[in-house]
Amino acid sequence: MSAQNRRRHAVIAAWGYPTVAFIGFLLLWQLVVMVTQVKRFVLPPPLQVLERGFALADLLLAQTPPTVLAIVLGFAGAVLIGIPLAVLMVASRPLEDCFYPLIVGSQGVPKVALAPVLVVWFGFGILPKVILAMLIAFFPVVINTAVGLRSIDPNYLHLVRSMGAPAWRTYTRLLLPSALPQIFAGFKVAMALAIVGGIVGEMVGANSGLGYLLVVANGNLDMALVFAILVWLVFVSLVLVGIIDIAERLSIPWSRDTRSRHLVQVQS
Amino acid sequence: MAFLTQLSVHASAEGRVGGATENGARYQPRTEMIRIENLGKTFTTADGVVTALENIDVTIEEGEFVSIVGPSGCGKSTLLMCIAGLIEASVGSVMVGSQRVSGPFTELGIVFQEALLLDWRSVLGNVLFQIEMRGLDPKAYESRARELLDRVGLGGFEGKKPWELSGGMRQRVAICRALIHDPPLLLMDEPFGALDTLTREQMNVDLQRLCAQTGKTALFITHSISEAVFLSDRVLVMTPRPGRIIADLPIAFAAETRRLSIRTTVEFAEQEKKIYSIFRSIGVLRDE
Repeated sequence: MSAQNRRRHAVIAAWGYPTVAFIGFLLLWQLVVMVTQVKRFVLPPPLQVLERGFALADLLLAQTPPTVLAIVLGFAGAVLIGIPLAVLMVASRPLEDCFYPLIVGSQGVPKVALAPVLVVWFGFGILPKVILAMLIAFFPVVINTAVGLRSIDPNYLHLVRSMGAPAWRTYTRLLLPSALPQIFAGFKVAMALAIVGGIVGEMVGANSGLGYLLVVANGNLDMALVFAILVWLVFVSLVLVGIIDIAERLSIPWSRDTRSRHLVQVQS
Repeated sequence: MAFLTQLSVHASAEGRVGGATENGARYQPRTEMIRIENLGKTFTTADGVVTALENIDVTIEEGEFVSIVGPSGCGKSTLLMCIAGLIEASVGSVMVGSQRVSGPFTELGIVFQEALLLDWRSVLGNVLFQIEMRGLDPKAYESRARELLDRVGLGGFEGKKPWELSGGMRQRVAICRALIHDPPLLLMDEPFGALDTLTREQMNVDLQRLCAQTGKTALFITHSISEAVFLSDRVLVMTPRPGRIIADLPIAFAAETRRLSIRTTVEFAEQEKKIYSIFRSIGVLRDE
């Protein structure tokens, strides 16, 4: 395959395949609606959804920033607390013994069920949404960072000890950079979860945002708008997770995931 | 490969290069560098207590290149770790220079079997990693790093990333990293064990010249008898676990004769034969 062909192939792979898959999905949706003759207020056909979505595009766009802000702040909070906590747990056995059972145990609490409590505590502003998104996104950040820090070849640690390096320098120059692939894997899961947290937070108690809009549309049995919001949320999520994907490629070009992707795929 | 063209960029070129004596030894031992006394190491495992090392008494002079050969699991890596202070000995003591080793010893360079490079740093950045971790100014060592890389045949590769290099090149970078701070002592734990035979032979030649020129004291661990004979002033032979030093053989080839051609000489074969016969006598090697 020539270089030009390969480049064309890569462009088709990046844009063409997802587009084909998406259109295929819409056709299947349309087909299901036509064949089952399902009521429109139960499952509107895709065209009606798109129509409703474009008609109310201004409303969707206006309600997007508060939602995205809550998601991003929640994600950022999870990262800012999660990574230092993971470092402390890896660096100190007593701290690990203190925090690890708490962190794992806290996963047993359905955090979505905390949403009403957070509303009682923090009101209807952005804060409870941020906190809910953070609580949900926090776990994969901590666990992946800790696993990443621990997965280093012990001979690296022997090497830096023979260099007389203090612990903080070992973390900043060796352990954290080498854990980046796992940390980014955690970020992707965390971002997906932060989106859930942000939306659920708005559904429970808010006066703005896409989650709030979803509840209002649902209350009006405006299924076309509900689905339009869901489709829009898919796009917003793709952008948010996509930003992390791009940041990953830029910051860890050496990642095995980046380099071996084409090797693990079955060649056609 | 363009390699080691100019003589000693740093350190003293005296000793190994200039010090060849009448009896063929390529340097005159001067001061004691390492003194190991009655060293022993036991590990407690699920199956009980395992003795890894027993009654190790070794003295290594400054500027000497000493190899340790022994079967897998005989504790030779453990011995190296004890000297570096990365593992605490159960009994006995290790002195390096005038200091008793307790805790990680930092006046040395270490090369492991894996190059242990950092993928996010360039070749030059990997060499300077040693300097940064010591809290020194990398700028001050940059020209020295470039010189070292040039001497091991990696001139022009400074900006490459580790994954763009072959196994032999990666190990050359690791050797530069171990020498950048000009340590008096170089510890190597099977540094060429993962390389193919041809690359390994070339690395032997290059390491021999590098050590001869810089006058470093070197402790080299290997499985390979011919590698040990080719590189060393002395070969220490170890028994299977519990590891003890069963023989201490001087190898009296002059530095300038240690070239590829020496491997096919009768004298070289004689030295190898001595070590083979020791391994046969202790049952490490058998015909049947």
